Amino acid sequence: MLAFILRRLAAGIPTLFIIVTLAFFLIRAVPGGPFDLERPLDPAVLENLRRVYGLDQPLGQQYLAYLKALLTGDFGPSFVIKDFSVAEVFARGLPVSMRIGGLALALATLVGVTLGVIAALRQNRPADLAVIGFATLGITVPTFVTAPLFQIVFGLMLAWLPVGGWNDGAVRNLLLPVVTLALPQIAVIARMTRAAMIETLRAHHIRTLRAQGLSQTTIVRHALRGAILPVISYLGPAAAQLLTGSLVVEQIFGLPGVGRYFVEGALNRDYTLVMGTVVLIALFVLVFNLIVDVLYALVDPRVRHD
Amino acid sequence: MTEAAAEPIAGRGFWQLAWLRLKANRAALAGLLVLGTLALVCLVGPALTGHTYDRVYPDYVRVTASLDLHPAQDRLEPALQRLAQRMRARAEGVRIGTGVVELDLVTPRPLDRRNLALFERSDLFGPPEVTAEADEGRRLTLRIPVETQRFVFGTDGNGRDLLTRMLVAGRISLAIGLLASAVALIIGVSYGALSGYLGGRVDMVMMRVVDILYALPFIFFVILLVTFFGRNFLLMFVAVGAVEWLDMARIVRGQTLMLKRQEFVQAAEALGVGTGGILVRHIIPNLAGPVIVFVTLLVPKVILIESFLSFLGLGVQEPLTSLGVLIADGAKSIQGAAYLLVFPGAMLTIILLALNFLGDGLRDALDPKDR
Repeated sequence: MLAFILRRLAAGIPTLFIIVTLAFFLIRAVPGGPFDLERPLDPAVLENLRRVYGLDQPLGQQYLAYLKALLTGDFGPSFVIKDFSVAEVFARGLPVSMRIGGLALALATLVGVTLGVIAALRQNRPADLAVIGFATLGITVPTFVTAPLFQIVFGLMLAWLPVGGWNDGAVRNLLLPVVTLALPQIAVIARMTRAAMIETLRAHHIRTLRAQGLSQTTIVRHALRGAILPVISYLGPAAAQLLTGSLVVEQIFGLPGVGRYFVEGALNRDYTLVMGTVVLIALFVLVFNLIVDVLYALVDPRVRHD
Repeated sequence: MTEAAAEPIAGRGFWQLAWLRLKANRAALAGLLVLGTLALVCLVGPALTGHTYDRVYPDYVRVTASLDLHPAQDRLEPALQRLAQRMRARAEGVRIGTGVVELDLVTPRPLDRRNLALFERSDLFGPPEVTAEADEGRRLTLRIPVETQRFVFGTDGNGRDLLTRMLVAGRISLAIGLLASAVALIIGVSYGALSGYLGGRVDMVMMRVVDILYALPFIFFVILLVTFFGRNFLLMFVAVGAVEWLDMARIVRGQTLMLKRQEFVQAAEALGVGTGGILVRHIIPNLAGPVIVFVTLLVPKVILIESFLSFLGLGVQEPLTSLGVLIADGAKSIQGAAYLLVFPGAMLTIILLALNFLGDGLRDALDPKDR
């Protein structure tokens, strides 16, 4: 297993390298620069700024310098957010995004799997239809519609919860963003679990368990082990996405996470910040796919990694 | 024997069967119907609402949704007084009739008639007509037609008719969905079919490229493309399509791998048909089923992406609008004007639901496994 993990990590390095290279040259090819302001800077000031950040050097040299710094874990200074390094920006935003994303992920898995199992056990009966209806709605109604709707209903009309703000991560402030973020994932997971569960419940080994007269709980436990596999493989990319922040949810609820740095960085041509975000996300995707593979092997003994 | 041979039973083809199965699926059929109706309404509707999507009515900002005819009767007199005040005059003896108001405009000095254009410039009234004049032009009796409007879905924060804007937005969303999906379809099918058919090392390299593109954060990619193309409406299709072809390429590649082992492809190869010929003649037509299903499910995804980009302010630019722009506007003005969010949100949801139902239905109908 350890060898497998190491091998997968090693295989991730070239992918990461290609992503970094591609992103670096793509963003540099976009017209405009980080110091294009509404009021043009004095040419001397601009030149000084460019020298300080090394932008006056040939692109190839800048690329090598960036790679070298990256290898030591240095994301460089942010070009637009003054006096902040990209690492510092992440150090502030990431805990916020990860807390919300992590909670949403946990909620989505728990509720999604439960709903899926219930629906599968009551196939084509009211409970099942309710779950399917909810899942279809959850998949189709976009987050940027549900978020303001929740704000209206729970924040303004009922006045139970604050409409936004971080407030040091108070539970009251977390509730709406976490639920908003989790809803579409709940829908997807419920649908997946239901489909997989219906299939495994028909499998031979489950029929054998039934024939042996085992209790419903035991049967569900055995069936779930097989049905959970597609959910696990879905959770990998979903987790990476959730933990690196949902743009919309962070924007609507006014949360200081990393999500908004995607857009801000690209719009402001904040080269290092955008690069940092790309690397961060690529790393998350890599790590979570690895975790998924490991979990897969643990749940499904047929999968071997040697 | 001969009789039976004389009357061969017409075999039902793949597409005939698929259509029969689709017709039996009520949800899919409803989706198809809703989509057709919506597309038609969006196409002709904006010409019938009596408003244009960019016409601003400064006197009707954030009118709530209702079937009422505007202006309301009790709004007329205050509006007249306000207008009179701007002409440094007094409105006296206001008589409100149906579709017309009459009043005496009293001024300390004879009124410059050009000032009367103020009535016309307001959204409430038409051109005034002077019926009588007294006190050397210090007292004018006016007859002003009232201009009536209807805002079934209300107006937005700038005083534009929401219904018209929603219909125009629906047009754009559907157009983007279809065009971007077409772009993704063309790139994805040719790439996937080529990769799967050539196989071997070429296939490996081509799929590796797809893997890497997958790992690129999508939103960053789109933002780059949008900044490259400078927020051009048409090029946004291309941008979204250029990102969304990856899944298509994978699906098509898998299908191609399966197809190329079939006898008819081998027969074509044995007869000396070239790679291009086999791809166009044998592989691509056989991909139709899964590809159609995927495209139906891709359209709502693309519409969602476009709305998402517009929501972030990266998509369609004012005064043109899309459902994402409308929803973003609605989200900003939730206090007291929830309809600005609810109507466009509902419309987007209905479009997406209909497309999803249709896609699911098509998948069931075209699935060769349970023929």
